[in-house]
Amino acid sequence: MSESGQIGDGETALTSREVRAIVASRSNPQRRAFQRWYLDPWALGAILVALLVALPSGAVMLLAIFPSENIWGHLSATVLPGYIRTTLGLMLGVGLGTLFIGVSTAWLVTMCRFPGRRLFEWALLLPFAVPAYVIAYVYTDLLEYAGPMQGALRDLFGWNSAADYWFPEIRSLGGAISMMSLVMYPYVYLLARTAFLEQSPHLLDVSRMLGQGPWRSFFRLSLPIARPSIAVGVAVVLMETLNDFGTVDYFAVRTLTAGLYDVWLGMGNLGGAAQIACVMLLFVVVLITLERLGRRRQRHFQSGRRYQELPGYDLRGWRAGAATMSCLLPLVAGFVVPATVLTHYALNNLTTPWDAEFEIYARNSLLLSASAALLAVLIGIFLAYSRRLHKRAVLLAAVRLASLGYALPGAVLAIGVIIPFAAFDNRVDAWMREHFDVSTGLLLSGTVFAVIFAYVVRFLALSLGAIQASLSKVTSNMDMAARALGHGPASTLARVHLPLIRGGVLTAALVVFVDCMKELPATLILRPFNFDTLATYVFQFASDELLAECALAALLIVASGLIPVFLLSRTLSRTRRIVIEPD
Amino acid sequence: MNPLHSVLLVAALLCVGTASAEQEVNVYSYRQPFLIRPLFDAFTKETGIKVNVVFAEEGLVERLKREGANSPADLIFTVDIGRLSDAVEADLVQPVQSPVLTANIPAQFRDPGNLWFGLTTRARIFAVSKERVAPGEATSYEALAEPQWKGRICTRSGKHVYSVALTAAMIAHHGEAEAEKWLTGLKNNLARRPQGNDRAQVKAVKEGQCDLALINSYYVGNMMADKEQAEWVAAVNIVFPNQDSTGTHVNISGMAMTRSAPNPENAKKLMEFLSGDLAQQIYAEQNYEYPVNPQVPWSGLLKSWGEFKVDSLPLAQIAQYRTAAIKLADKVGYDD
Repeated sequence: MSESGQIGDGETALTSREVRAIVASRSNPQRRAFQRWYLDPWALGAILVALLVALPSGAVMLLAIFPSENIWGHLSATVLPGYIRTTLGLMLGVGLGTLFIGVSTAWLVTMCRFPGRRLFEWALLLPFAVPAYVIAYVYTDLLEYAGPMQGALRDLFGWNSAADYWFPEIRSLGGAISMMSLVMYPYVYLLARTAFLEQSPHLLDVSRMLGQGPWRSFFRLSLPIARPSIAVGVAVVLMETLNDFGTVDYFAVRTLTAGLYDVWLGMGNLGGAAQIACVMLLFVVVLITLERLGRRRQRHFQSGRRYQELPGYDLRGWRAGAATMSCLLPLVAGFVVPATVLTHYALNNLTTPWDAEFEIYARNSLLLSASAALLAVLIGIFLAYSRRLHKRAVLLAAVRLASLGYALPGAVLAIGVIIPFAAFDNRVDAWMREHFDVSTGLLLSGTVFAVIFAYVVRFLALSLGAIQASLSKVTSNMDMAARALGHGPASTLARVHLPLIRGGVLTAALVVFVDCMKELPATLILRPFNFDTLATYVFQFASDELLAECALAALLIVASGLIPVFLLSRTLSRTRRIVIEPD
Repeated sequence: MNPLHSVLLVAALLCVGTASAEQEVNVYSYRQPFLIRPLFDAFTKETGIKVNVVFAEEGLVERLKREGANSPADLIFTVDIGRLSDAVEADLVQPVQSPVLTANIPAQFRDPGNLWFGLTTRARIFAVSKERVAPGEATSYEALAEPQWKGRICTRSGKHVYSVALTAAMIAHHGEAEAEKWLTGLKNNLARRPQGNDRAQVKAVKEGQCDLALINSYYVGNMMADKEQAEWVAAVNIVFPNQDSTGTHVNISGMAMTRSAPNPENAKKLMEFLSGDLAQQIYAEQNYEYPVNPQVPWSGLLKSWGEFKVDSLPLAQIAQYRTAAIKLADKVGYDD
């Protein structure tokens, strides 16, 4: 499977070397131009776009050079070791949690038949629509000492105080790990499922013919082949874990982000906070590098053509029951429980019924998220494909650079957006004043455009990851064949790659959309006057632990996350059906 | 007219249009909009001036700084003295000379150079269990470090602005070494790891996890107004600490005019309006805070608690010791 690049394309008549020779002979006249690769619009454009997207991260790094006071002496003597331990613990816990839930459920619904499978296929995505701070709030209410759960237990067993019995403390590292795993496993589920769907059914046929059972097929074949996608999913989860503030703050779990906020807001030392942000960026770079080192000798290709429906394993008896339970648990814990509690709050809180402004907030949320999702996907495709065209270190670096924004906490990223935007606005204004005696004021700062830009910078890593993972599974023989037939890069992308990676592109769009719906810190800081989204509306109450007052709006965020979930799952299963038909 | 001319004309009209648009004033607010919207609506009703708001919990001072001379913001609203002094230190605000403001707001609650003004005050008080704490048992912040309170106290994070301000006040009164001893003692007396907001501490007292919670005064009124939380607050008595010594620690919510304010006249009008009788009354009634304007009567609840001695420490000093206070919290591992 490694190096050969022949999995699943038994029909390919030409070897790669032959195709390469044909391509070379066809494109000979332009060959010299292609050697000056940086003049190619794909390469040049990719570098420019990546630089633009990297502006905020760059601004934060610049800030880090000028702290108002050196914080490290104080931090390392006091809280830093604890912060790092907690951060690593949290990342490890959430990483393993999402990996386990995401991959196992994806495998079950893709490869096995058991009661409820059709429902779980899409329903397993639902927890994704629940913002992490909302689920944290809901479960704290249910499970803390004063909550109904422990209250009922005390009544039942006649316990009088906390000293009489043991109950897991929800506001703890373990609690944070559980909550985050519950709402973030869909990242891994989505990518793993897309990867499993893209796998050639021949694989399993071969595996069966060789007498391998489902477990061995899973561990020896499917899992290694899906690894690039799964790795992207887990990397995304870990970055999101690293930059989360709302949940860890609520649970009083002190991570590096908490330290960053102390230094920034408490000590008024933005430079020092930026230094901590850079340390967090470093975490991510190390993480991604480790993962890549782990599979540097592997390459997996497969043709996008599938000849039949996935064979699947028919589960019976206790196996079917176990499969149903495995899918039901995360769904109930991650979605049904919080949605029920929110509905309960909303019904009990009729003092704040339907607010006419909800429609405006909902429209704002939808428009911002949809535009950001569209942009993030377009840029994602452009960067990933440019990188495919030009396998050069510069482009690799550019693509990596463009993904960095995701590792920054939202509020820090927002500052990183404000700095270049305001600088640009003020330069233009000064120039216009000087030459035309006209003040242009702030053109970009404080506009919806700034918010959308921040979303794209923040979530590009998601779309890029999903698209790259899909693209990497298309054998390069396809590119060569298309080029040999006289198609240029753009036409090849449109006619060959896009149809093949449609699942990955849709995944990217969905993930970015839903994440934008939930995004908070950057929206708050960057938005125009009198501009609210559902998330900011919910936040003004939630920040005061008054979630009951805004339960309805929180439900709306969850509900609007459902629309893309439905769309995506429908298209995903349709991709499967379409490709079954012979071309 | 050739096309270029018409474009220029339209552009010129647009510029004029925005310049002479309706009267407005722009606010960057750290206060939740649902708390200040009613005041702004009242202001618009009275003056016809529209109030535009951006609310965020952090980053607005940075936004203001970077936007520079072109920033649209006229006013900045904060929920504590710390953020106000951040804006002052970054040289982002301008003094406002107004006889109305100086008459309405006592000197203790505004900057000597008129750079910032307090709007409301809130006291850092004790909520003590009615059952488990005898009257007169809880008296002062200092006493919270004594062994009799071992395992009986709940507070929020030691690095939240409200906690930090109290620690800063302790530093200002007793010096850093004493304050560190005090904070260590308080930490050792905590019933649980600091978590949740002030409401959550009262809830914990009601549920018997601890006997004394350190909270901001307005939470009591807010909790009474909530069906469920009213039960929590019914389980506690309110104590104003340090009545025999320095007085109860108070903080302010406040406002300042930005250096770049494009609508300074309107901004000044809004500031004056907010310090006046009507707004002060709405503010105090709605969020159960103490009006800074001494002529404005207190809400019924505040009246029922009676007058109390306020710590006369200048707020600027509290702001000054903020960083030291956070470092102390780190040093004694308050949140661990």
